[in-house]
Amino acid sequence: MIQLQHIRKVFNAGLPNEYVAIHDLSLNIAPHQVTVLTGPSGSGKTTVLSLLGCMARPTAGRIMLQDREITSLPERFLTQIRRSTFGFIFQQFNLIRGISVLENVMLPAYPLGEPLGGLKKRALKLLDLLNLTSKGAAKVEWLSGGEAQRTAIARALVNDPGVIIADEPTAHLDTGLSREFLDIMGDFKGQGKTILIASHDPMVHESEIVDRVVKMRDGRIIDAGVI
Amino acid sequence: MIKAIDKQRYILDFTLSSLWRRKGKNLALVLVYTLVVFVLGSVMFFTQALKNEAALVLRGSPEIIVQKMVAGRHDLIPVSHGAQIGKIRGVKAVKARFWGYYYDPGAQANYTLMVPEDLPLKDQEIIVGAGISRVRRLFRGSSIVFRTYDGKPATFFIKGVLSPDSELLSSDLILISVPGFTRVFGVPPDRATDLTVQVANRKEIPTIAAKIVDALPDTRAITREEILRTYDAVFDWRGGIMIAILAGAVLAFLIFAWDKAAGLSAEEKREIGILKAIGWETADVLEMKFWEGLVVSLSSFFLGIILAYGHIFYASATLFEPVLKGWAVLYPEFRLTPFISGYQIAILFFFTVIPYTVATIIPSWRAATIDPDAVMRT
Amino acid sequence: MFFLGLCLLLLMSILMQAGYVTQGDLALLRQKAQVVKNLGLTDLCLSTEARYTRHPSQADWHTALQSHPLALDHFPSGSIIGPPATLQKLHD
Repeated sequence: MIQLQHIRKVFNAGLPNEYVAIHDLSLNIAPHQVTVLTGPSGSGKTTVLSLLGCMARPTAGRIMLQDREITSLPERFLTQIRRSTFGFIFQQFNLIRGISVLENVMLPAYPLGEPLGGLKKRALKLLDLLNLTSKGAAKVEWLSGGEAQRTAIARALVNDPGVIIADEPTAHLDTGLSREFLDIMGDFKGQGKTILIASHDPMVHESEIVDRVVKMRDGRIIDAGVI
Repeated sequence: MIKAIDKQRYILDFTLSSLWRRKGKNLALVLVYTLVVFVLGSVMFFTQALKNEAALVLRGSPEIIVQKMVAGRHDLIPVSHGAQIGKIRGVKAVKARFWGYYYDPGAQANYTLMVPEDLPLKDQEIIVGAGISRVRRLFRGSSIVFRTYDGKPATFFIKGVLSPDSELLSSDLILISVPGFTRVFGVPPDRATDLTVQVANRKEIPTIAAKIVDALPDTRAITREEILRTYDAVFDWRGGIMIAILAGAVLAFLIFAWDKAAGLSAEEKREIGILKAIGWETADVLEMKFWEGLVVSLSSFFLGIILAYGHIFYASATLFEPVLKGWAVLYPEFRLTPFISGYQIAILFFFTVIPYTVATIIPSWRAATIDPDAVMRT
Repeated sequence: MFFLGLCLLLLMSILMQAGYVTQGDLALLRQKAQVVKNLGLTDLCLSTEARYTRHPSQADWHTALQSHPLALDHFPSGSIIGPPATLQKLHD
């Protein structure tokens, strides 16, 4: 579904602190599967995720999304693709403080300008699905870790993306909450979503919902796993 | 189309809630901004109202005033000059005018004593302005003692008090008879303070004024046109207080613009990063910042103007009073007639809202072009 | 938004009220012009502290500050009320 072809990513190119994050990396992500990227910190997992999710452009190489070359698209189109295809769950959750859970969940849909009624209904349904109905009006800073995580998931799903991308989702969760997260991801996999997770938490790559584990080190793939 | 409106509504809603989340900072911003608009608006409304008032009211001033000059100063004029002026072709009438200043040690106030042209008063009768009536508690029937030029007391009786409506003209005025005036100031019988000249044809005023100065080289002629022009430029921006006010306003603005240009807070940058990461375009973020700037500057603008209006036309320009009053005791209590044009409002808008918006565009644009993956890398 | 609308409305009503007051004051202004004519006045009574701010249009030409040319203006009102038109013309 998504193909990375001979990707190279350099940060601060031309500066004294130039840093090559990814060296000539090729990867093919299959649809409707859970793929986990693993490896020590600094191995380039997050960079690969941001490249896969159209958040960043590679320095060299090509990215194909459903047989469409997207590396050369202008930012506007890239944003549109990102908005409709990907849902992101960040390590720090990255919720916007001071506004309610419901508003946070609806935020990614604002630029689409759909009628409020439909959007609200969809967001409430997601909150219901994630057991957050009672928290809808609460401010996000009042949430517990698990609730914040589920809010972040709901936000990732509000535009009904085909691919969910999660960066170290269990880093701030205890075992029980991590298991709950994996169960939720399992449900989405069952609904036909493609799931990409970067994690060095053994609980994640040993989970039974995971179809493929890609091991990385120093910006290279050392074990591409079984497809 | 409806989609675009809905989108703007969402972005605006989010902007408003963002502004509300940073209440402290934004309220402080609005406060300073409002103050700047208030100060500039007050100056503008005040000067405009006074200029208009002067232009309408002083149209009744004497057409030409002839004053004798001695060593660069205005001096008493021989009444015989009047006969000479009367001979100039086009002059309809020449009248002697008597006026002068009297310092009242009792109230420590300065009064303007004046002999009215056509208002007969008995020798010991005076009419006082509303300001004097207030300061000295003088009313119809009461009396006041002046110290004359040779140190003797002279008692006058108040025949009436001028209407408070015209306080902006007559607050410190004392209308007195010619004998009364002569008694207080000791003006020689063949002298007057100055001469007023009435002209048959208004168009000839400048020519006649020139002829008067030609014929009487020790005099100057002040035309009505010049009086009106004086008031048209009476509040010059070069005036000390005006410079202080304008400089203050400009400085306040620079501080703001600098604050804005120096960039957004880390928290704001993080939020923009999140928005970009979850699928907002650069344009969406810019729209948000645009709404933000608009809401802040418009509310400040409106508030500032409304406050300035209240200050000038309801509170009688209280903040300018100490300057105009200065060291004096007597200050007219006046209510100005508002003369506000769309032009003034537009000028004010251009000098406040536009610079602010421009100052906020660049940092917003810089923040809005953050790479969407920035939040993942931190 | 509501607040902005309210402000705009208030501003509009102020402008309308201002126009109304101005209309109402025109008669008063005419009356004042008559006072000026009857008494032969030349100036507004904005300040009573100095000759040249009490009667700006009658100020002496070359002694606008009524004192030494290098002396700083010691009357506050003098710092906002400009010199007479004749003087401005002379200095242009």
